[in-house]
Amino acid sequence: MNYFVDERGYYGDFGGAYIPEMLYPNVEELRQKYQAIIDDEHFQAEFKALLKDYVGRPSPLYLAKRLSEKYGANIFLKREDLNHTGAHKINNTIGQILLAEKLGKKRIIAETGAGQHGVATATVCALRGLECVVYMGEVDIKRQAPNVARMKMLGATVVAATSGSKTLKDATNEAMRDWINNPVDTHYIIGSVVGPHPYPDMVAQFQSIISFETKKQLKEQTGSELADYVLACVGGGSNAMGMFYHFINDESVKLVAIEAAGKGVSSGFSAATTTLGKEGVLHGSRSILMQTDDGQVVEPHSVSAGLDYPGIGPQHAHLFKTGRGLYASITDDEALLAGRLLTQYEGIIPAIESAHAIAYLEKMTFKGGENVVICLSGRGDKDMETYMKYFNL
Amino acid sequence: MNRLQKLFEKKPTGLLSIYYTAGYPKLNDTLTIAETLEKCGADFLEIGFPYSDPVADGPVIQASSKQALDSGMTLSVLFDQLKDLRKQVKIPILLMGYVNVMLQYGVESFCEKCKEVGVDGCIIPDLPMYEYEEMYRSTFEKYGLSNIFLVTPQTSEERIRKIDGLSNAFIYLVSSSATTGSNLSVSGSASAYFERISKMNLQTPVMIGFGISDKATYQAACNFASGAIIGSAFVKALDQNNLDQSIQNFMVQFKG
Repeated sequence: MNYFVDERGYYGDFGGAYIPEMLYPNVEELRQKYQAIIDDEHFQAEFKALLKDYVGRPSPLYLAKRLSEKYGANIFLKREDLNHTGAHKINNTIGQILLAEKLGKKRIIAETGAGQHGVATATVCALRGLECVVYMGEVDIKRQAPNVARMKMLGATVVAATSGSKTLKDATNEAMRDWINNPVDTHYIIGSVVGPHPYPDMVAQFQSIISFETKKQLKEQTGSELADYVLACVGGGSNAMGMFYHFINDESVKLVAIEAAGKGVSSGFSAATTTLGKEGVLHGSRSILMQTDDGQVVEPHSVSAGLDYPGIGPQHAHLFKTGRGLYASITDDEALLAGRLLTQYEGIIPAIESAHAIAYLEKMTFKGGENVVICLSGRGDKDMETYMKYFNL
Repeated sequence: MNRLQKLFEKKPTGLLSIYYTAGYPKLNDTLTIAETLEKCGADFLEIGFPYSDPVADGPVIQASSKQALDSGMTLSVLFDQLKDLRKQVKIPILLMGYVNVMLQYGVESFCEKCKEVGVDGCIIPDLPMYEYEEMYRSTFEKYGLSNIFLVTPQTSEERIRKIDGLSNAFIYLVSSSATTGSNLSVSGSASAYFERISKMNLQTPVMIGFGISDKATYQAACNFASGAIIGSAFVKALDQNNLDQSIQNFMVQFKG
C-alpha cells in the first residue's frame, strides 16, 4: 500500500488540485519545482541550520515519568512546544520561506485561525525581510488579540476575513483570493497539510523533521527506533503528519490521530471530521469534510482554535480510509482536564490542541511497558485565558 | 447539438451573457429573472448555484450566494425551480458553481437533471481539466452538456491549446488576474492579452468575463471576442422590491 502522494498528486482517492484556472499557474509552478528545490543540498543545509540555530531543534523527546506511572506505559513527549514561537508551525514556515525565496517571490500571504501559523509566518518574514500579509477571521481577531499584536509587532499586516463565518476557513478563502489577485510576486504559505497538491506533501515533508528526530531519539533512549503507539492531535493535521511521517511504512507502529469532538460528536458543536464528514472537495483538495447534504461546508466547533477546521488533509483521509491510522476524538472538557493533568504531573502547560492527544491516554489500555510517543505540538501560553475561565484560576 | 452550440455555430458577435445567483434576491426569483433577462435581450444566461466557500468570487457574488443559501437554496431546490424552464425560456442556459456541490449531488444525477430541465452546459471553475477529462467528460457528453473552461492572462499557450481541444461551445476568457467583480480597464496589457488570444486562431469562440460592468467595458470586450459576460455588476443592480424594473434598467444600456 502506498501511503504517500502519487505522480498525479493523489493519496488513494484523496488529494488533487481542485483550483480555479486563476490559481493554476502559481500552483503548477510550485508543483514543478518544489521537490527539486527541497532536495537541493544548499537548500537542505540552510533549512537545517535555521532549524538548529533559530528554531532550537532538535526538540527533546522527554520520557514523562509521572505520566508513565499513572498510565502504565512509557510515555514520551515530543517537545514541539519548546520551538521558537511555541509550536511546530515554525518548521513549515521556515521551509516555505526559503522555498519562496528560491522561486523569487517578494510577498508572502498566509491564513491563520488561532494565530499560531500567522505568528510563525510573520516571524520568518521578519527574519528574511519579506512583506507579510496574514488573513484572519474577524471573529478570531477578537478572540486572539495577543497573537494579532505579535504579528503586527513582527511587521505583518493582519487583514480581517469578513466573509462567511469569519473564521479559519474564510481566512483561507481570502488568502486564496489574494493569491488570485496577485499571481506573480506572491507566495502563499499554507499552514497545514491541506490545500491543492503539492501543498499537503510539501508541508508534510517540512514537518517530517518531527518523526525523523523522534526515531533517532527513541533509538538512543529505548534501543529501538520504533514505538508501539504514536499519537497526535489533528485539525488540518500538520503536526500529526510530521509525527507520523517516518513511521507510516513501519506497520507495527500504531498511528493514532485525535480530532476535536468539541461539545460532543453528536452535539452539533464538533470538529470530529472523520466521524461527521463525508468525502468532498475543500480548499483545493479532495478529502473528508464536514458538510450538508447539499455540499455546503459546515462550521465546526472546538475549544481549541487550531483544531477548529471542517476538513482534514488528504493524506490523513487516506490513512483513515485504508485503516492505517486510527482516528478518534476528544471533547473540549476532556482536553481541558488533560491539559491540567499534564501541567500538574509534569510541569508542562500544553496548548489545548496538544492536550487532546494527552487526553486520549485515558481511553487506552496498556499491558505495561509499551512505548508511546505523543506530539506535544504547542505550549499553552496562548490558552491561559481559556484555562483560567474553565478552572476559575 | 445543444442550444449553446447552435448559438455559437452562427459565429455571432456582440453576445451578451448575464450571470446571476439562483435564489437571490429572493428564493423563488430564479425563473422570473431568466424570463425578464430573455425579454430584455440577453443572449444566454449563467445561473449560479451557490456554495459556502466561493474562492473565485469577489464580495458581491459571495454575499448573494450567502443570502441565497440562508433562504434555503440547494441544487435540488434549483432543479425544482427550473422544471418548467423550457416552457418559458428559449435562450441557452448554463449552470455555474463549485465542484463540491455537484459531487455531493452526484455527477451523473446532476448531468441527467440538467438535460431533463433543459440546461445546456456548466461552468465549474474548480473542476480541474485532468479530472474532467478522466472522470466526467463522458458523462457530460452523454447528457449533451458543454463544459466551459476558463483561461486567464497567465494561462500558457500549450494549456490554451489543450482547453481549445476539450471545449465544444466557448472558452471563458477571464479578463485579468482577479476574482469576480473587479474593474476591467481595457488598457495596454489587457488588449495585448486579448490580441494574443485572437492571434492563436482557436477553433472555439471566446467570451470575455470578469470586470465587465457597463457599456464601455462590454463594447471593448466585444472587439476581441464573440461577446461578454456580466456577473457582479448585474447582481449588484438587482432590487428585490422592484425586480423587473431593476433588470430592465440595467439591460437598457446594452440592448436599448
